[in-house]
Amino acid sequence: MSEQTQTPPAPEAGQTGGPDGDTLLQVTDLVRHFPVTRGVVFRHKVGAVRAVDGISLSVTRGKTLGLVGESGCGKTTTGRLLTRLDEPTSGQIVIDGHDVTHLRPGQMRPLRREIQMIFQDPYSSLNPRHTVGAIIGAPLKLQRVGTRGGIKRDVQELLELVGLNPEHYNRYPHEFSGGQRQRIGIARTLALRPKLIVADEPVSALDVSIQAQVINLLEDLQDELGLTYVVIAHDLSVVRHISDQVAVMYLGKIVEIADRDKLYAKPRHPYTVALLSAVPVPEPLSSPTGQRERRQRIRLEGDVPSPLLPPPACRFHTRCWKAQAICRTEEPPLTELIPGHRVACHFPENTSQVPEKSPQSATQPA
Amino acid sequence: MAPLLEVSDLRIHFQTDDGLVKSVDGVSFTLERGRTLGIVGESGSGKSVTSMGIMGLHQGTKAKISGYIRLDGEDLVNATPARVRELRGSKMAMIFQDPLSSLHPYYTVGDQIVEAYRIHNKVKKQTARRHAVDLLGRVGIPQPQVRVDDYPHQFSGGMRQRAMIAMALSCDPELLIADEPTTALDVTVQAQILDLISDLQSEFGSAVIMITHDLGVVAELSDDILVMYAGRIAEYGSAADIFGRPDHPYTWGLLASMPRLDQERTTRLVPIPGTPPSLIRVPSGCPFHPRCRYTELVGGRRCETEVPPLREAVTPGHSAACHLTTEQRTRQWADLSAGRVQDEASTPEVAEQAGEPV
Repeated sequence: MSEQTQTPPAPEAGQTGGPDGDTLLQVTDLVRHFPVTRGVVFRHKVGAVRAVDGISLSVTRGKTLGLVGESGCGKTTTGRLLTRLDEPTSGQIVIDGHDVTHLRPGQMRPLRREIQMIFQDPYSSLNPRHTVGAIIGAPLKLQRVGTRGGIKRDVQELLELVGLNPEHYNRYPHEFSGGQRQRIGIARTLALRPKLIVADEPVSALDVSIQAQVINLLEDLQDELGLTYVVIAHDLSVVRHISDQVAVMYLGKIVEIADRDKLYAKPRHPYTVALLSAVPVPEPLSSPTGQRERRQRIRLEGDVPSPLLPPPACRFHTRCWKAQAICRTEEPPLTELIPGHRVACHFPENTSQVPEKSPQSATQPA
Repeated sequence: MAPLLEVSDLRIHFQTDDGLVKSVDGVSFTLERGRTLGIVGESGSGKSVTSMGIMGLHQGTKAKISGYIRLDGEDLVNATPARVRELRGSKMAMIFQDPLSSLHPYYTVGDQIVEAYRIHNKVKKQTARRHAVDLLGRVGIPQPQVRVDDYPHQFSGGMRQRAMIAMALSCDPELLIADEPTTALDVTVQAQILDLISDLQSEFGSAVIMITHDLGVVAELSDDILVMYAGRIAEYGSAADIFGRPDHPYTWGLLASMPRLDQERTTRLVPIPGTPPSLIRVPSGCPFHPRCRYTELVGGRRCETEVPPLREAVTPGHSAACHLTTEQRTRQWADLSAGRVQDEASTPEVAEQAGEPV
């Protein structure tokens, strides 16, 4: 899939070449297939898991792109490709003018200062045998970054920046709670003053009350240090809160990408519509009379198909209630319906959030 | 008619090398047939320990249990293990969070349902198998007569959870406990499972206890809600009361710290400062006081010294454990829900508590 990579500057679209910044990250037609092999001595390829199958996106400096989708849609693989922890099969990744697509580890090293990652699980991403000081100071040592007051002072400044006590420099990760550990991970990420941070499910392992603390911290740091984020998450409400632009992925492809407000107010792709309607809302359904009504919801049947053998043409047609013959034969390109809102669907939703003719949406008393 | 389940002053304590862990400390509630109770709380609030206590799963462990649990009038705390085993599976059943680790990988899904059914019903294998196929069909597994011979790894996550539900329902239990049944699932699959549970509830007429940390899931299914904090009840009331007129600062904190899809996007979330307490050293007085924004309104050191009793508020059946007066609570909640309270930099408070062993 190759669509326009350079959209003309549109005033309302916070995209490529917007008025308030330039593009920091540009991804074109990125593909990652994991080969599936058989045999021990004579290994031969029998297929490929199409984890990421041709995605293009761009992120403006100082902005946040949210990447949402269900498990297996390729969002984590995309994150690993962006940070070059994994080698793309094809496509191109340009970060701040440098093409990093096929750089060797040695060539990549100086650029690692620019791109850092926040991991999901604050328990397994910190070495239990290293002190907090050693963990946060490691990037500084590895990159041989010269410092004014020594590494210790830098680390203490970082601890303070993320809201931890600088005196806890010598403590071990097990002495901290989950939320505090995530702060340690964030401090390590910030050590080299990166430009781009890829955060893979940064809050999903945390309790609700702690999630809000970490989300606020990420936002404060962005304002303070002018960071650019790519936030990968499955929680649609978190993504809406934190992102300027949102891309929805399904089976290795971007099905919809738009500014946050446009996407959440008027989702165009049926999958996005279904995804949004499936989120449980913290508002009780019981009416005063005790009658419980079921919320209008589009029930998608079945599970996400295997990325080993994705459905032909439009990958969503097997679960889509609007699917027609053309959806099974012709792949819908990612087209710009209105400025700043691109959708890959033959029959995009336009009017209301809940379509009128949906056989699956049930409104009967439970 | 007496309620199906009556829990009164339940305490479940564990003696450990580090001290006494008061996982559940004086919890009381009742549940009628056909109703759903949602239990919400953060990790370590005692919600899962409570449910395991009801199922009798602490028997034979070091747990010290006091208070009483009455299922249909029968006391479960002092019942013999044999009697609890009889009831478990037939009269009460449980759905666990992670369907992959709660299904046995060596046996087919059908065999596991048949086993559960035949323990409580003296029937032939063939009859039990027909029952298993029937149940798998009812929980929405396609081609149940074929899939009954599949192993758990051949099922997807959502199908495994459906199989777990089929197993739990095999003996038509009167009480069904679902412990985070959808946490491991994607949102579209979560929606399917929540619909399934509520459909089956109206079909079987069971009482359901839904344990979760997700307020959205609770709102979707529950008639009544129990908010737990540090092993105690913070607030207890109908779903409409808890979401419409929440009466405890902790509940306010939970509601305000969540980004919500059904409301305008707020510029900033209002988090609860600090971290959940250790259950070995539960704070004195009100366990929530170190994280509470309203202790000054109560005045003095009352929140630190005096444990607030669970008192009924304005509406009958809606109670909260807080020293604030009714008028104060009404005003504070109105301010908070109107977005007039800002996040007054939670960072310094977090720094103070940093490094406290958990």
